[in-house]
Amino acid sequence: MSAAAQNPTRPVSRDPGFLKRVWAMVVKEFVQMRRDRMTFATMLFIPILQLTLFGYAINTDPKHLPTAVLTRDDGPLTRAVLAAMKNSDYFAFTRQVRDPAELDAMLRSGAAQFAVEIPASFERDVRRGDHPSLLVIADATDPVATGTAIAAMQGLIDTALRRELRGPDAAVEARAPPFTLTLQRRYNPEGLTQYNIVPGLLGVVLTMTMMMFTALAVTREIERGTMESLLAMPIRPVEIMIGKIAPFVLVGFVQMTIIIGAASYLFDVPIRGSVGLLVLLSTLFAAANLAVGYTFSTVAENQLQAVQMTFFFFLPNILLSGFMFPFRGMPQWAQVIGEILPLTHFMRIARGIMLKGNGLADMRLDVLALVIFLVAAMGIALLRFRRTLD
Amino acid sequence: MTKEIAIDVHGLTKKFGDRTVVHDLSLQVPKGEIYGFLGPNGSGKTTTLRLLCGLLTPDAGEGTCLGYDILTQQDEIRRHVGYMTQRFSLYTDLSIRENLEFVARVYGVPNPREAAKGAIARLGLTGRAEQLAGELSGGWKQRLALGACILPNPQLLLLDEPTAGVDPKARREFWDEIHSLAAEGITVLVSTHYMDEAERCHELAYIAFGNLLARGTAQDLIAQSGLRTWVVSGPGLHDLAMRLAHRDGIGMVAPFGNELHVSGRDHKRLDAAIAEAKKEDGAHRWTRGEPSLEDVFILLMDQVKDNFQ
Repeated sequence: MSAAAQNPTRPVSRDPGFLKRVWAMVVKEFVQMRRDRMTFATMLFIPILQLTLFGYAINTDPKHLPTAVLTRDDGPLTRAVLAAMKNSDYFAFTRQVRDPAELDAMLRSGAAQFAVEIPASFERDVRRGDHPSLLVIADATDPVATGTAIAAMQGLIDTALRRELRGPDAAVEARAPPFTLTLQRRYNPEGLTQYNIVPGLLGVVLTMTMMMFTALAVTREIERGTMESLLAMPIRPVEIMIGKIAPFVLVGFVQMTIIIGAASYLFDVPIRGSVGLLVLLSTLFAAANLAVGYTFSTVAENQLQAVQMTFFFFLPNILLSGFMFPFRGMPQWAQVIGEILPLTHFMRIARGIMLKGNGLADMRLDVLALVIFLVAAMGIALLRFRRTLD
Repeated sequence: MTKEIAIDVHGLTKKFGDRTVVHDLSLQVPKGEIYGFLGPNGSGKTTTLRLLCGLLTPDAGEGTCLGYDILTQQDEIRRHVGYMTQRFSLYTDLSIRENLEFVARVYGVPNPREAAKGAIARLGLTGRAEQLAGELSGGWKQRLALGACILPNPQLLLLDEPTAGVDPKARREFWDEIHSLAAEGITVLVSTHYMDEAERCHELAYIAFGNLLARGTAQDLIAQSGLRTWVVSGPGLHDLAMRLAHRDGIGMVAPFGNELHVSGRDHKRLDAAIAEAKKEDGAHRWTRGEPSLEDVFILLMDQVKDNFQ
């Protein structure tokens, strides 16, 4: 054994050549890939997620849109019109309302996407040939969501009338049209896409940047080894969390200013509601995202994982929140997921304030959802954050 | 003479999964002493230090640090104990001044700016205050880390291999600083692998595989070990070492430059083995030497391997 060091038969390394060196690198990369579970999951999960979301969840021709109805007439003709709308599958009558104010409220809160108002003595006026007006209001904040339904409207009503006005009233039908269909694209009469996109962008930008900032916050400390001495200092987890989140709220504030400013000066998107309320709720939303990012950073083992988690979260947010595709076009399961995501609620809030001029009361459920989300995310983060290295 | 006790813990045990990292460890460190913590890599030194400063919760055992219960008064311990991690743990992207001000603020040191400025002057870094901590050399990093540790005036310092990878001059300066801190009444528990540093401690504890094996002053430990050492010089020491290694009575053989230390605990059998070796080979010069601290620790480590592995 003593001669091992000087053993002349010990192999001497030779130049292994190009391929072998490349192979050495390839083997090492594969081993590391296998060790890094999160990256491995990303490779499999991302295509599956994208396929599912794009393949099953997205539908730009939404059906069964909630429609509020205000009928002041109850004749067979009214019933025929409503039945035709319903049978078209585009409209789902959620509620009979009593007065126009209720109708407006439902449109504002987003409880209804369409509203139909049938005037008093509609039946009589039609049969007399007085051309009464049938009012259909569409919430056009998302022009894509309402587009096809609006297009189908005239045709399906004509068909319904033709069936109803036979016999002695056939003459009325011949003098078409027997009534005027007044279509109102509320909040966005010209159907401008930027009205829909720009307020949504406010939410998307805040989601992406805020989450990324805090997702790196804790992992960076762990990775750089500063966490150990931070934990040995007399500072509490909640103090660390608030201290890490607060500066980014300010960053969010700057981003909001830029986007809201650009929305109104560059893109001419109206801000019909209170700017103060918009800023306040955007701050709430930013805080909720910061808390989510912070939660990720307490789970992730390194900065790469934190970024991957952010991406996992961001993808459904952008696809299922109603930012890119109509929310109501998605299947039930996708809508349920969408309802959990904070961006969905903020999307409604931002569009509500900017386009509909909504106040807090119109959006209380969405605001409540954001608050619950914020509290839950912070709670999980604090539970996950260990004060010791156990 | 009874001294005040800074650290007094009994039966500390810590497990990670089913691996016991620290086993039934008891330690008493008198106030104002520099207490050296020695042991091989992975022996549980870092874990013990973390248990003492509240970064880990022991699975069993109890005790106090500066009179505060390590299980229930971790907040108090955090306030009065300075813990210097093995890895540089100041913010590399903050300047020296910013790092120190951060520490001063977290600990609630009055007037953090002035306190940081004072610490910079003490460290001899005036003029470099705005330099990023990450740009400092290894030796300066460690001095800065120590400076940050003592900024909030802790009564106890836990230093985890503070001089690993630092050049001898910087190490000596570091230790001079530790001694002057001890003179001010601060207790220091320091882990190290360096034997010269171990000899600079007032008292030592040796830990291996989570077990505390020996403690006392350096002289005590050498005496307790009962080790006898022969020093050999001459040609072909490597071959000689190979021949001697497994002979009866020879506990261990270790090369020191141009000399070989041959030691054993059983003096009679050791001397017999040496006498035989001398007969076989007249080319070497044999003299009786003093066992070094390192000889003692390596012997301890070899023994414990048999017991715990």
